[in-house]
Amino acid sequence: MMYIFKALVAYLVFPGFLFAACAGLLAGWVDRKLTARLQWRAGPPWHQNFTDIVKLLGKETIVPQQAGLTFLAAPYAGLAASALSAAILGRALVAPLESFAGDLIVALYFLVVPAIAVIIGASASRNPLASVGASREMKLVMAYELPFILTIITVIIKCKGVLAVGQIVNHQINFGSTIASWSGALAFAAALLCMQAKLGLAPFDIAEAEQEIMAGTMIEYSGLPLAVFKLTKALLLYTMPLLLIVLFMGRDVSALWVVLKYLVLLVAILLIKNTNPRLRIDQALRFFWGPVTVIAALSVILALGGW
Amino acid sequence: MDFRLKALTKSIWVFHVSAGSCNNCDIEILDCLTPRFDVERFGIQLVGSVRHADALLVTGAMNRKSIPRLKQIYEQAPKPCVVVACGICAISQNMFRGSYSMGDPLDKIIPVDVYIPGCPPKPEAIISGIVKLVAKIRGK
Repeated sequence: MMYIFKALVAYLVFPGFLFAACAGLLAGWVDRKLTARLQWRAGPPWHQNFTDIVKLLGKETIVPQQAGLTFLAAPYAGLAASALSAAILGRALVAPLESFAGDLIVALYFLVVPAIAVIIGASASRNPLASVGASREMKLVMAYELPFILTIITVIIKCKGVLAVGQIVNHQINFGSTIASWSGALAFAAALLCMQAKLGLAPFDIAEAEQEIMAGTMIEYSGLPLAVFKLTKALLLYTMPLLLIVLFMGRDVSALWVVLKYLVLLVAILLIKNTNPRLRIDQALRFFWGPVTVIAALSVILALGGW
Repeated sequence: MDFRLKALTKSIWVFHVSAGSCNNCDIEILDCLTPRFDVERFGIQLVGSVRHADALLVTGAMNRKSIPRLKQIYEQAPKPCVVVACGICAISQNMFRGSYSMGDPLDKIIPVDVYIPGCPPKPEAIISGIVKLVAKIRGK
């Protein structure tokens, strides 16, 4: 009974849904503020993203004809999955020895679910622009998953074949961060670009291109479901850099260092976002299956060689 | 008052409807987003889809082609949604009134909450209109 209660608290409050959502919304504010400062503007106040969510709760929810249950359920699937992966990764940092074997694979699968939820929800909305967005999102997932999995294989090889997130952290605490080796540094570079695509930030915001396809996959969503999708995005903005910290920079996992590393990663992806124009989907596919996969494969080979 | 309505006044997402405008108002609207005025300070954003909109910002003189589209867009917007008439054309059709291609002015077609006069209105005037809009939503 006590165990179930603890697991529920870990999922719903800390380090799961509530904590991750607040952290992600604040990170979203950092995104908007930094973007504004880079454009020489003042930018919104810190609570802006929270206000946006509260506002969306009070709006009418419009469901397209014949869209129905799938359209309304898809956002919640994405939210539940991203909260679960946030909880798994957060627990691994708080208590590295408690995680179970193979939870890395579970976390990876749950990190794909938000993208699938977007694809399903957009396809269910019966809007032509949303289906264009969904097909782009699908191609993007196929593009970045290959190098992303390769970089994770590198980490697993570097950590002597362990599959538990906690043990990967534990290995790095004892033997130094993965990023401090040649193979780790290469894998980190590839993983950073994959994270950019997974978060849907420029230059890979192809599925949600506001100017070309009018918010693409999100076009038919309003009110509560839109708020849930925004929350999912915020959760991913918290979870993905955390995954990279766990996999590549796990030597010192005290709270202060994790926050600092998180901020460095966040600023890095935001600078990439603000200095690059959007790619076409074929360019993105060629980019990920070309140079990024080559870098990731090279890191696997180096890791097998022991570098 | 309802806290969700209060949140609405602090995060107005604007969908820009051009009903046959000459592009001058549209440029002034974009000016509001530039470093000098930066309305994102108040949480105001331009959005791509009308389903995300809290405010319809209508420019232009309502020619016959755009009136059915305008009605459709108004019906597609999730309520509560306010309508802002931006520029003298949207208010009274200016010098195009009575022309063969013109229909009714905006407030005969859909209910309008705030009028921002000018040809084109200055960004300061648009921001002043937003202030009046916020006061109206809050019921003052």
